Amino acid sequence: MPINKIVDSFDEAVADIEDGAVILVGGFGTVVSAPSCLLEAVYRKGVKNLTTVSNTSGFGADVWRMQGAPFPEDMDILVRNERIKRAIVSAPVSALYVNNFEKLLRAGKVEIEMVPQGTLAERVRAAKAGLGGVYVPTGIGTVVEKGKEKKVIDGREYLLELPIKGDFALIHAHKGDRWGNLVYRGTSRTFNPTMAGAARVTIAEVDEIVELGELDPEAIVTPGVYVDRVVARPKVAPAQEAEITDAQALESAAKTRTEVEETIRRAKERGLRHD
Amino acid sequence: MTEALEGKGRLDRQIVALRVAKEFQDGNIVNLGVGIPMLACNFIPAGREVIFHSENGVLGFGEVTLPGEGDLDLVNAGGQTVHRQPGMCFFGHDESFAIVRGGHLDISVMGAYQVSEKGDLANYMIPERQVGTIGGAMDLAFGAKRLIVAMNHTTKNGEPRIVKECTYLLTAPECVDLIVTDIAVVEVSSRGLVLKEVAPGWTPEEVQELTGPKMIIDPECHEIELM
Repeated sequence: MPINKIVDSFDEAVADIEDGAVILVGGFGTVVSAPSCLLEAVYRKGVKNLTTVSNTSGFGADVWRMQGAPFPEDMDILVRNERIKRAIVSAPVSALYVNNFEKLLRAGKVEIEMVPQGTLAERVRAAKAGLGGVYVPTGIGTVVEKGKEKKVIDGREYLLELPIKGDFALIHAHKGDRWGNLVYRGTSRTFNPTMAGAARVTIAEVDEIVELGELDPEAIVTPGVYVDRVVARPKVAPAQEAEITDAQALESAAKTRTEVEETIRRAKERGLRHD
Repeated sequence: MTEALEGKGRLDRQIVALRVAKEFQDGNIVNLGVGIPMLACNFIPAGREVIFHSENGVLGFGEVTLPGEGDLDLVNAGGQTVHRQPGMCFFGHDESFAIVRGGHLDISVMGAYQVSEKGDLANYMIPERQVGTIGGAMDLAFGAKRLIVAMNHTTKNGEPRIVKECTYLLTAPECVDLIVTDIAVVEVSSRGLVLKEVAPGWTPEEVQELTGPKMIIDPECHEIELM
């Protein structure tokens, strides 16, 4: 019988995620790198007390609607709806404004384990690779070393960092086939291939499902062996509400725009611009 | 600090970024942190070829685009869209930090809340909110061959950010090599802090007044050169 990892809907893809599950969530922070539709489906399913493992705690859909992203939900959908009991995260808060995660943290409604980004990647990769841990130099002489075994190797001090294995890994890729082979697009690769295979069940949300053989074997980034389910985003993007209500998002976008415009102007002035 | 110093003109964010970019040598692999450092990718000195790395898995990207005009699948660590360039490549997060931790970056530039005399770096715990974001900063501070900090010389209340000992939680000990601020360029050396350059209109003594530890004033100390 042909192997077929393709499932028809996002709700079906997450149907066996239960309360208290450990969920790895791919992506960097930008919504286009995140498994946006899977996160929405997890929210719809109503599960709670989750342990999530992710790079950020989300920025909220308005930030991404303003950029015209067709699927705008990120980690914030689980944060603002208080579905998370414990977050293992590298970049949980924003220096620019108080995000929803910080509000929960202040209210004592969520536990946090903050992990340096590279250590997070390597701990996840260790789980995928069947390792009992990795020795990492990052964090020596800081609060990160607290309670961890130290070892000197070749004269340098390292910390033992333990693997992080998920019950489920939710990732986003550009294209996938029925064997679960995946390719990504640009900087939206990030944590997605790192997390693929680091959980009991890996679910890949893809922009497009292609026929077996269509992906160039030289270019496949995630071998299908790491992937259990593949689910495609709808071809037509869901209608977006036009109105943006998040004042912080609007203010931050306006500020960024002004700074980028000014920077480009100044670079041109000095003959340093190439476009 | 004295009223007179408070009112003195300081370099703006773009000029600080421009000064930082002067440190990039031909062929350097450079990571730019969020904030002022990220602006530096727009100011590479003419004639030099520099490869920028970003945590989210890219080497060799170009200048920032105007918001709305770029490809959302091609962004820097701050989420700003950047230009595609010949030679650029993408990779996953574990690979990205193998590059960082493995000593393959020549320069990392980041912002800071405090830098100590010994080059200790504190830049992740937001002082007034007692929360923070480690992100990629710790790995970069441990992994890059050379660490440049770009920051304002003082806090909003006029307190020095260059201090004898950091009072905020450390990102990494003894890692900073050069500090570029809105009024000075200071080198962290085994002899102590060395004041190398001052902003136009500032004297070394005035800069010292806004700096925690006593600095060695380089005999060659001069006005910041911008081109």
